[in-house]
Amino acid sequence: MPMLPELFLLAAACAILLIDLYVGDEKRTLTYGLAQLSLVATFVLNLQNFGAAREVLYHGMFVVDGMATLLKAGMLAVMALVLMFSRDYINQRSFHRGEYYILALFASLGMLVMVSGYSFLTIYLGLELLSLSLYAMVAMRRDSTDGPEAAMKYFVMGALASGLLLYGMSMIYGVTGSIQITEVQAKAVEILAAHPDKAALLTFGAIFLVAGIAFKLGAVPFHMWVPDVYHGAPTSVSALVSSAPKIAVFGMAMRLLPETLNSVLAQWQLLLTILCMLSIVIGNVSAVAQSNIKRMLAFSGIAHIGYFLLGLLSGTAQGYSAAMFYILVYALMSVAGFGMILVMTRAGFECESIDDFKGLWKRSPWHALMMMFIMMSMAGVPPLVGFWPKLEVIRAVLDSGLPHAVWLAAIAVLFAVVGAWYYLRVVKAIFFDEGEAPELQTAGDLRLAFSIAGLSMLVLGLMPGPLLALCAAVFAS
Amino acid sequence: MTNLLSLLIWLPIAGGLAVLFGTGERNTAASKWLSLGIALATFGLCIPLWTGFDTTTAAMQYVEHANWIRLGNIEINYALGVDGFAMPLIALTSFTTVLVVLAGWEVIEKRVSHYMAAFLVMTGLMNGVFAATDAMLFYVFWEFMLIPMFLIIGIWGGPNRVYATLKFFLYTFLGSVLMLVALIYMGIKGGSFAIEAMHKLPLEMGPQTLIFIAFFLAFAVKVPMFPVHTWLPDAHVEAPTGGSVVLAAIMLKMGTYGFLRFNLPITPDASADLANIIIALSLIAVVYIGLVALVQKDMKKLIAYSSIAHMGFVTLGFFIVFKLVGANTHAALGFQGALVQMISHGFVSAALFLCVGVMYDRMHSRMIGDYGGVANSMPKFAAFFMLFAMANAGLPGTAGFVGEFMVIVAAFKANFWYAFLASVSLITGAAYTLWMYKRVVFGEVANKHVAELPDLNKREFLILAVLAVMTLALGLYPKALTTVMEPSVQHLIGCGVQSKLQTVVEGVCR
Repeated sequence: MPMLPELFLLAAACAILLIDLYVGDEKRTLTYGLAQLSLVATFVLNLQNFGAAREVLYHGMFVVDGMATLLKAGMLAVMALVLMFSRDYINQRSFHRGEYYILALFASLGMLVMVSGYSFLTIYLGLELLSLSLYAMVAMRRDSTDGPEAAMKYFVMGALASGLLLYGMSMIYGVTGSIQITEVQAKAVEILAAHPDKAALLTFGAIFLVAGIAFKLGAVPFHMWVPDVYHGAPTSVSALVSSAPKIAVFGMAMRLLPETLNSVLAQWQLLLTILCMLSIVIGNVSAVAQSNIKRMLAFSGIAHIGYFLLGLLSGTAQGYSAAMFYILVYALMSVAGFGMILVMTRAGFECESIDDFKGLWKRSPWHALMMMFIMMSMAGVPPLVGFWPKLEVIRAVLDSGLPHAVWLAAIAVLFAVVGAWYYLRVVKAIFFDEGEAPELQTAGDLRLAFSIAGLSMLVLGLMPGPLLALCAAVFAS
Repeated sequence: MTNLLSLLIWLPIAGGLAVLFGTGERNTAASKWLSLGIALATFGLCIPLWTGFDTTTAAMQYVEHANWIRLGNIEINYALGVDGFAMPLIALTSFTTVLVVLAGWEVIEKRVSHYMAAFLVMTGLMNGVFAATDAMLFYVFWEFMLIPMFLIIGIWGGPNRVYATLKFFLYTFLGSVLMLVALIYMGIKGGSFAIEAMHKLPLEMGPQTLIFIAFFLAFAVKVPMFPVHTWLPDAHVEAPTGGSVVLAAIMLKMGTYGFLRFNLPITPDASADLANIIIALSLIAVVYIGLVALVQKDMKKLIAYSSIAHMGFVTLGFFIVFKLVGANTHAALGFQGALVQMISHGFVSAALFLCVGVMYDRMHSRMIGDYGGVANSMPKFAAFFMLFAMANAGLPGTAGFVGEFMVIVAAFKANFWYAFLASVSLITGAAYTLWMYKRVVFGEVANKHVAELPDLNKREFLILAVLAVMTLALGLYPKALTTVMEPSVQHLIGCGVQSKLQTVVEGVCR
């Protein structure tokens, strides 16, 4: 049964919600364990869909295909890692409540629905389930001032983005008379052949769809919320917001753009090109000026989204698979990046500034080495994994046949050098500066999660073949 | 052995990890001995590499090939092989590593095991750069190598080390990213990342010029050529002695090796077209940087500038080949000279940096003004230093003479003024080296610290003696080296640098 992962996760989340009512604060770890278990079980159930034929369910509302299955596997794995990073952190900060895990599960469910949605309605439902869970999680630390402020911004901006998206969908519905993805695609081609003047209306809809997607991705110029939210949210929530949801948004973008509006490909390609270049340039340049590590990671994330768009805008199967590879690797790197901050914090101490990392190498060489892997991977230095998706998107854009593709690639790589500068600043603080960074005393699971994240940078970097092949296979047909 | 090259790459890397996680900081003595053992074993592997090398062919030898990654329809292969250009450089790298391990023996006080591990890992990566025959594999090694070097300068370097190492990293990174675009472009065009396939890839003049520029930036930064040389004096001065030695002896050679492997054969027409500019930049390096070296007060900086000037000879030797069309013997001579210069500079600059290191360990100063009359307290050292200074100035009989002489002779055939300007370096080179030598070693004993200097200990004596033997051997019998390189040089001149634009490409080469 192709929909089993979603159904199971829904049932599990509801069951855990009830169980959690009867669990005392001191036994909250039980909720954590159950949440992890249900993520793992969903992951396993999802594995059964690998390699299965594409199936469309519920009158075309829901689809299970290769892309959805692979994205789900990626999101669930990332979510499990995020929860591993979270437990100790929220425990120390006394908001170790069941809701945290339950909201995370509902967010996961929302993401699964998003990438499998096959009509505007299901996609939007998934998106809202995800977003509402995230708003609540950002605000979860009620006693701090930053958290609720960030949640407020996130909520207002998110609502605006949803509005834009719905407006675009309604435009397209107005032209084609359908909200089902394949029908819209077919009708659009038909209508454009009969009435070429309707292209303007479709393009108009596409503009709003792209704007909505760009908001959710945090691409320039729709990026203003990103640094504030990542900065203000509890760090473990920042790790969540910045990682798995981006994978889901990629799934949504694939459904809404190439699968729905291929007939106005050239128009949204141009929009994405602008977003891409602005994100790469402004993201990288702004990150240089940050001294707060969470804000730096936020801007670096914006730049990464720019590189990711380089694949998406290519408009070829190879470009889509490159973008998919990029977003999966980015999600992992982003969790690892915020994980760096999480291992640095302890009860009563929030790691905020890059200066907090000074001298870490002397006392915790293992953590320092892992952090170097993560930073160098983000900078795109081979053989760490961050290099390969950059290579793939550049290959995609050079091979796309777009005019000026060479210059797009050249700008992208030149700004990667700017990017290297601020990642190196962190490495410099860790290895070269004298400082007071203490010996890290992290909980066992946090340490394990961090080592997994750090080592995966190297291992996946040395053997990117399997993941690349999986991504390529999705778009091969 | 069929996988000799793999061993040369992975043995030092595995050894470095063993030092890092095995013996580690708890037992530094064991870490040092283990590192020395690994370095010697790696160097030992070069003996069968050299003796088993077939000097009659320009083809790749010790070839290894395995699929690594598939990108759509292009494969990235773990493909290794060496020809007459790469093999001596691998031997030089492995040789230098032994010296570096020995040089750091007592001097490095903090985190010895991390220091040794970083150098061992870097040795493997540098061997990988020279052995890779797949462009993407080459690029991976090329970039990866930056990380250990970045840490070595940044952690164990001098007072201004952070500035120097960031500059080093960013300069090199900036240079190489455009190369990546060029490599991907050609990979798509030819459907393969094999360097040999890129040699044969037909390219129009427009793309050739852009690709040439992309490669040129990557390699010119590394050589370094005027005007992108400014990172080198900083990096050299701040790096620990071992770091300076590896930078000068090996890393600079990667730039010129890149010219040989990529620029000349892949973009021969653009190379010919732009040869004038490169020759001009080389001559500026030789003359102007030679004059800059003259006024340095810091010994390491002086040697760094002298390195830039000497590397100018190498690029000069490569690019005058385009001015010697029809004079193949002279073109070959220029090439051979440049190649010999690469190896000899590896020995001489390494030796000079080690000499400065010997003094720095005792006095904690690199300033020429702080010394004077060192010969009185350190006679053995003064003798070695003399030999290396003479070699740096290009004294006949030493390694420094052979390469420069060959390049100058070839340059004469191309253009009198090239040769004239290049010969100026014989004067400036002698001036800055010997003047430094005079101020440091001769004269009155400058202060009581100098008077109390202990002479070389056994370890230092051994290092310098080995280098002295190599310098003299290469100076007196360069044929051992040129024989190895000869077929590759002939192949490059006969095929590699021939135009790709002509429609008739079915020659002996293809």
